[in-house]
Amino acid sequence: MTLASILIQLLNGLAAAASLFLVSAGLSLIFGVTRIVNFAHGSLYMLGLYGAYSLIEFFGRTPLGFWGAVVLAALAVGLVGVLIEVLVLRRIYRAPELFQLLATFAVVLVIKDIALFTWGAEDLVGPRAPGLSMAVEIMGRRIPAYDLVLIAIGPVVLGLVWLLLTRTRWGALVRAATQDREMVGALGVDQAKLFTSVFFVGSVLAGLGGALQIPREPANLELDLAIIADAFVVTVVGGLGSIGGAFLAAIIIGVAKAFCIGIGTVTWFGFEVSFSKLTLVVEFLIMALVLVVRPYGLLGKPQAAQRAAEPAPRLQVPSWTFALVWLALLALVPLFADRYTTILLTDIVCFALFSVSLHFIMGPAGMVSFGHAAYFGIGAYAAGLLMKRFGLPMEAALLLAPLVAGLFAIVYGWFCVRLSGVYLAMLTLAFAQISWSIVFQWDSVTGGSNGVFGVWPSPWLADKTTYYYLALVLCGAGIVFLWRVLFSPFGYALRAGRDSPLRAEAIGIDLRGFQWAAFVLVGALAGLAGAVYAFSKGSISPSSISIAQSTDGLIMVLLGGVETLTGPVVGAAIFTWLRDVVARNTEFWRAVMGGVILLIVLLFPQGLVGGLKALVARWREQRA
Amino acid sequence: MSHAILQVEGLHKAFGGVQAVADVSFAVSAGEMLALIGPNGAGKSTCFNMLNGQLTPDSGIVRLEGRDIVGLRPRAIWRLGVGRTFQITATFASLSVRENVQMALYSHAGRLRSLLSRFGAAFAREADALLDQVGMLDQAERTCGVLAYGDLKRVELAIALANEPRLLLMDEPTAGMAPKERVALMELTARLARARNIAVLFTEHDMDVVFTQADRIIVLDRGVLIAGGTPPEVRANPNVRAVYLGSAH
Amino acid sequence: MTAPPMLEVKDLHAFYGRAHILHGISLEARAGEVVALLGRNGAGKSTAMKAIMGLVPPARGEVSFAGQRIERLPPYRIARLGLGYVPEERRIFTELSVMENLEVGRQAARAGVPLWTEDKLFALFPNLARMRERPGGRMSGGEQQMLTIARTLMGNPSCVLLDEPSEGLAPIIVEEMAHSIRALKGEGMSVILCEQNLHFALGVADRAYIIEKGQIRFGGSMAELAANDSLREQYLSV
Repeated sequence: MTLASILIQLLNGLAAAASLFLVSAGLSLIFGVTRIVNFAHGSLYMLGLYGAYSLIEFFGRTPLGFWGAVVLAALAVGLVGVLIEVLVLRRIYRAPELFQLLATFAVVLVIKDIALFTWGAEDLVGPRAPGLSMAVEIMGRRIPAYDLVLIAIGPVVLGLVWLLLTRTRWGALVRAATQDREMVGALGVDQAKLFTSVFFVGSVLAGLGGALQIPREPANLELDLAIIADAFVVTVVGGLGSIGGAFLAAIIIGVAKAFCIGIGTVTWFGFEVSFSKLTLVVEFLIMALVLVVRPYGLLGKPQAAQRAAEPAPRLQVPSWTFALVWLALLALVPLFADRYTTILLTDIVCFALFSVSLHFIMGPAGMVSFGHAAYFGIGAYAAGLLMKRFGLPMEAALLLAPLVAGLFAIVYGWFCVRLSGVYLAMLTLAFAQISWSIVFQWDSVTGGSNGVFGVWPSPWLADKTTYYYLALVLCGAGIVFLWRVLFSPFGYALRAGRDSPLRAEAIGIDLRGFQWAAFVLVGALAGLAGAVYAFSKGSISPSSISIAQSTDGLIMVLLGGVETLTGPVVGAAIFTWLRDVVARNTEFWRAVMGGVILLIVLLFPQGLVGGLKALVARWREQRA
Repeated sequence: MSHAILQVEGLHKAFGGVQAVADVSFAVSAGEMLALIGPNGAGKSTCFNMLNGQLTPDSGIVRLEGRDIVGLRPRAIWRLGVGRTFQITATFASLSVRENVQMALYSHAGRLRSLLSRFGAAFAREADALLDQVGMLDQAERTCGVLAYGDLKRVELAIALANEPRLLLMDEPTAGMAPKERVALMELTARLARARNIAVLFTEHDMDVVFTQADRIIVLDRGVLIAGGTPPEVRANPNVRAVYLGSAH
Repeated sequence: MTAPPMLEVKDLHAFYGRAHILHGISLEARAGEVVALLGRNGAGKSTAMKAIMGLVPPARGEVSFAGQRIERLPPYRIARLGLGYVPEERRIFTELSVMENLEVGRQAARAGVPLWTEDKLFALFPNLARMRERPGGRMSGGEQQMLTIARTLMGNPSCVLLDEPSEGLAPIIVEEMAHSIRALKGEGMSVILCEQNLHFALGVADRAYIIEKGQIRFGGSMAELAANDSLREQYLSV
């Protein structure tokens, strides 16, 4: 590489870093004060892009029209943020953290469909910035003038946010609330207003980040989850709550990506190494590296312990007769049901195991995973590839697939158990995204975006009803096994470690070792769910490993309720069934699902099963 | 006096150039109650955390029954026979009182790795015996998350005794308890320590507890030990009166 | 004729989680009066303060402050009426400087109440004046205790709830604290303080209540309390 090309890649990277920084700074600010991991933050970014596109069309492609549209779009997105805060989040600030997360997932679904309804499914390519569409020549290379403006905007916004936070009363309140919001309230500060204002500022930053991208990137419906993954990585690498850290991390990641594209394919010792293919993965590698060396990010500090966290309730030993009766009932269904129902039930059974395995790790083991689809997807791909590429019999592929998923969990888990809380959750997301990128790009083996086809079960299992019984037996056994483990010494040790890591260590428990083992265990069982699912569908696509699949799992668990054992099963059944019913009737199934989830969140803040139990308890009390 | 269980020699620790603990040496014997006192910020917690493995000293020797334990992790130190209670109680809130103690017993016996046996089947009697000793047997079935604070402290003591410790490290064992309960807890501790020949090192703010329950007292001020001796000796020490007890006592 | 009390609590009940902590306490404080709430640890003193302040929602009972019912109000509204709260754990904003900590506590001037400024507070707590830009996290326990009181005073309260102001402080600092509380009284402010340190309370308070298991067992002047050995033995065991 010449000096000139290094400089160009550097500038490219810095330009890309600008938007990344804006989005991440907003996310970090909102998380700091409200302690809500706002998954809908990426949706706000997406709205910024769409908004800017439409406003530019409206105002005309003049410099004033362009910049006016960018600013107006950002402010409008700020108002959307306020709307989300006031209508949804404000009502559930006292609900468990995970439930707030569920609410933001629902908002993601709703906004996606609003965008689909308003702007359609086609990508919208915005204009170049009027007056800045020329290129500037630097060391003989041409670089778009607009990129230079972006490079300047990053530090300017950083400076403005910094001034806002350190030189104004609002900034002092925000920083104080980041540490202890109850105390801020007791000093006479209206928290609701403060939160709303923080949401506004954070959302404006997201919207601005999106709007500024309009000359560089077409507006499309996949941006919400794509950018949220990037923003998570940036905030975590920089350190949660640190605006300066977000800036630093955005630059590191932006530049690293630019260099990967710039370097292209290089031959080292006779091996072709494609750096451009690394772009999708490089940020996650940086994140994994940073978190292992600096668990709280580059400029982050350990998060202040949240006061008054409700202790987890005691787990009720499941009634095995109850479980057996249900299994028997489920076994009888195909006798009455049509083929379609049987297939839907097979899906439900697979997702139930997926959801139970996720619950195991996030509930009793206390490690929330945002990337559980990694193991589901790896299990599915392993099953398909072992059969198609290695010529193994279907039965062997099905049984080996969980082991492959477990192997990946050994590697990923080793990193993950070094962290806790939000950092851990985001690292799991990173690993899922790495897995997705590999699957997506490794065309020759995984079939890339097309996936793997013709993954059908052996003839003796080909009948849908027979396959349903296989799924029921395997997944049912997996669920019962996980439940049983929860009440074993191993399971108790995990629960003990979740309740008090300090005490666990003080009585000789190697907590990390136990958590690692748990990671591998649930990874393998999620892999089993994925493998069974793959053979039931006959094909595997990268979506089985996507963020959307991971969030589906989270929704299932949270919908049913994380505090009960049966919750995740009920959640999986209702979610899968509802999605099927709704998707058959409307193009906008996401909005309907999102709306239903929001209703549930607002009405039953303990999840469906937890909420029903509370209702039953109240009813009994009244009768007594 | 019997032999020293814990021996500390020349302990040093600095944080970013600030000396938190400097040249601290002392020993605790089997069956002895040694109180470590000092004003806030004197370095008591730092000192304590270097003994239990949470911090590594910059220099100095910590010996448990003659064996150097510097650099060992907390769980390794526990395996060598050190029980701990915390300033802010740390118990397993979602488990029952009995299960909390059983957890320590299972861990002590190395039986936590089983995936399929049912937890709670073993060590129930042993757990109950320990709970009986601390007066918590009648609440064995209750979930720790709903216990009163003083009761949690007693559960902690039972947990700390589960590995038949040679040394008990108690960080402000009576903080947050009612005055009468405080003395009762420390009387119980002293009784158990003597009966089982356990060495006890504790920090404490409540001077009534310290002067009635400790066999010996050492006083830390700004990272340095400024006095040590029996309660009457320490009470009479003019240095101690100046930096700690003040005119009120 | 006497003026109505500044703060009046009637039959207040409160729960902490499921535990019923306050079983109907009643007390009052008049303008310019220092009232001590005495009792053992766990007797319910802190919960009483939190319930008055709205931090633990009262389950039953009435709280009136400056002629207004406040038992259903959120904490920030109560604070804005001029009731200040100084928590036991101090809860300083460790990342913020002394000046910024004070800024968070600032409220508009209140009619009939002395206006507190940074300079006036620095005169009351001279230690703080020497560390205006120091982050709260790098202060000693005593300095933090001064700051947490100063921070609450920035709201120009007419009445302050002080939870265990002397706890964990060196005797010399405790004496300074007593001096500061008398100074507040001199400004015409009502002060309600929770204490376990009877010696300290005797030095600053006009009247005392003894709380035990969530109920008021005694209310009277400090002189009465000082004269009654059995009362002290029974409820305070000093």
